[in-house]
Amino acid sequence: MTAFAQGLLEGERPEAVPGFAAELRRSGRTTFEALGLPSTRLEDWRFTSLAPLAAQDFVPGDPGAAVSLGEIERLAGPRTGPRLVFVNGRMRPDLSSATGLPDGAFVGSLARALRERPALLEGHLGRVASLDGQALAALNTALLADGAFVYLPSRAVAAEPLELVFAGGAGSKASASEPRVLVVAEPESDCTVVERYVALGPSPVLTNAVTEVALGDGARVDHYQVQDQPANAFHFAFVAAEQARGARFQTHSTALGAAISRSDVRVRLAGEGAQATLVGLYMTDGNRLVDNHSVIEHAKPHGTSREVFKGVLDGQSRAVFGGRVRVLEGAMKTDAHQTNSNLLLSRDATVDAMPQLEIYADDVKCGHGGTVGQLDPDSLFYLRSRGLPLSHARSLLIYAFAREMVELVRPAGLRDQLGRLVAARLPDGARVLEAA
Amino acid sequence: MSSQDHEHSPLLRVEGLHARIGDREILKGLSLRINAGEVHAIMGPNGSGKSTFAGVLAGRDHAEVTAGTATLDGKDLLAMPPEERANAGLFLGFQYPVEIPGVGNLYFLRTALNAQRKSRGEEELDAVDFLEFAKDRMKLVEMDPAFMSRGLNEGFSGGEKKRNEVLQMAVLEPKLAILDEIDSGLDIDALRVISKGVQALRSPTRSTLLVTHYQRLLEYVVPDFVHVMAGGQIVLSGGRELALELEKKGYAWIDEEAKRGAWAVPAQVSP
Repeated sequence: MTAFAQGLLEGERPEAVPGFAAELRRSGRTTFEALGLPSTRLEDWRFTSLAPLAAQDFVPGDPGAAVSLGEIERLAGPRTGPRLVFVNGRMRPDLSSATGLPDGAFVGSLARALRERPALLEGHLGRVASLDGQALAALNTALLADGAFVYLPSRAVAAEPLELVFAGGAGSKASASEPRVLVVAEPESDCTVVERYVALGPSPVLTNAVTEVALGDGARVDHYQVQDQPANAFHFAFVAAEQARGARFQTHSTALGAAISRSDVRVRLAGEGAQATLVGLYMTDGNRLVDNHSVIEHAKPHGTSREVFKGVLDGQSRAVFGGRVRVLEGAMKTDAHQTNSNLLLSRDATVDAMPQLEIYADDVKCGHGGTVGQLDPDSLFYLRSRGLPLSHARSLLIYAFAREMVELVRPAGLRDQLGRLVAARLPDGARVLEAA
Repeated sequence: MSSQDHEHSPLLRVEGLHARIGDREILKGLSLRINAGEVHAIMGPNGSGKSTFAGVLAGRDHAEVTAGTATLDGKDLLAMPPEERANAGLFLGFQYPVEIPGVGNLYFLRTALNAQRKSRGEEELDAVDFLEFAKDRMKLVEMDPAFMSRGLNEGFSGGEKKRNEVLQMAVLEPKLAILDEIDSGLDIDALRVISKGVQALRSPTRSTLLVTHYQRLLEYVVPDFVHVMAGGQIVLSGGRELALELEKKGYAWIDEEAKRGAWAVPAQVSP
């Protein structure tokens, strides 16, 4: 096991949790100790070396760090609805506010839910996200302490997006946090969950997040992750969802920062007629690396999945896309499609894309596509011939490419915010935004 | 330079222009002068270098200029990037306008106009003022305002794209509009609308260079001068009647003459 994880595991502050949660921690620790940090010898980690991570020491981030509401708003924008703020993985009631929730819903601290409502979590926590071969998710589980718990009873509709802001760092040393999110959406319920990841200070932060989403029959969950970490951060996000009959799930990730940003999504369409949408936008430059892996498993008939990932790469940055779609025996009339398109702004940027279809059922419609290309010289010339300076023309074309992903964001406030974040990464971003 | 002199110097002056694409020389000593207020047409067989010439003037980097000069209002066009040429008052209407989904038509028009205004030290138009101005120009080319909320040329038919080119010209009000086969692929109604737009923008201070394969457009936009291009040069210049003659005789005889070397010395084209 690497020294960095040893430090984290020693720094663990165990506290009383129900038996099933204590058991989860133990199995997380056993799994992580058996697997160790993923190496490039593993097929899923072939292009993503964690050597820069293993070379650093991380201390557990301080959950009690002095953080003002003003600082949170500067990093994540002003609060527009229910917002829970987590500092180094622990919920901070002094910075959080969640009102106007539907009757019977729970939106709050996972630690509190474990103390007060364990029955709501048991059977979901640690089940949706299988630790099988997942070292980082296992580490998160070994250190399970707090996070967000969202529970929606049958037919409950949360009108406003539930925003979870995870702020890491704040000290002078490189620090780690292990955010955990569990969403349990009972049949016919409907909610939007937005996770935002930001760093509080200049020291490197390691964020190792796990999100589990359990959707009952006909439930709908619209899930977003916005990763806007500084360039010295390490970011890992594991998202697992299980969908019952007719459930609709969208998970939309935006990766804008971090030295290494890795996302693993596992979606299981466990009931008939479920619909899953996976959307991802990433922008990298310098020597940064962003890696998106996903497995969509169609287990029952008449399921639909759509996966669209788009990346903009500059400098010597790298992107990895590994998208596997598995159609199990009996899952006939499955309709699955994935695309991964990349815009390379520099000759030194590289993309490794590995779409994979594994089909064990008859009568299915599955496909994949994608492109790796540069800014179209004819389009650039067209824009410049009308008087647009080169940097403006380039920004406009990059934004036009990324915009499709921004427009798939349903909540208007988040969509605008995301548009601004994307534009802010472009040389002529301010002008480009008017295009929206 | 006094304003008197200025009036007598041509708006566009091209002298001995040579350009090549890869190893192939496409323009072989082309010269042309266009005065303010004039409409010129360049005609010629396919492959004679017409479109290359239009692209070179607008700053397209597919061809490399190896010799010669080109000035607009006395300014060295060849030293400027495409956007500066646009700001100096040059407009190229594309033979094949690109589609750019994700960039709104109306937004693009305003951005282009404001980029040019800014470069000239003029105040930028706000969205409201611009919309009013743009609506007026849309009428000129009978453009359905619904097109304006779409992506730039996105899903436009060939005719709609050409109409959009003329709309852009009408909004940007260039000193010199070079329209590269603006008539290709148009039915007779679309041709009439586009011609009307081009015709409406004629003024004593604005010049137009029509690049075309067919005489048809010239029935609607009657040129002051017609030039025939062959083998990378202008080989013959004349008035409106030259276009009619070409229509009757075709281009074959031009090619024949060119092959015989009849135009080893470029024809004097100064009108």
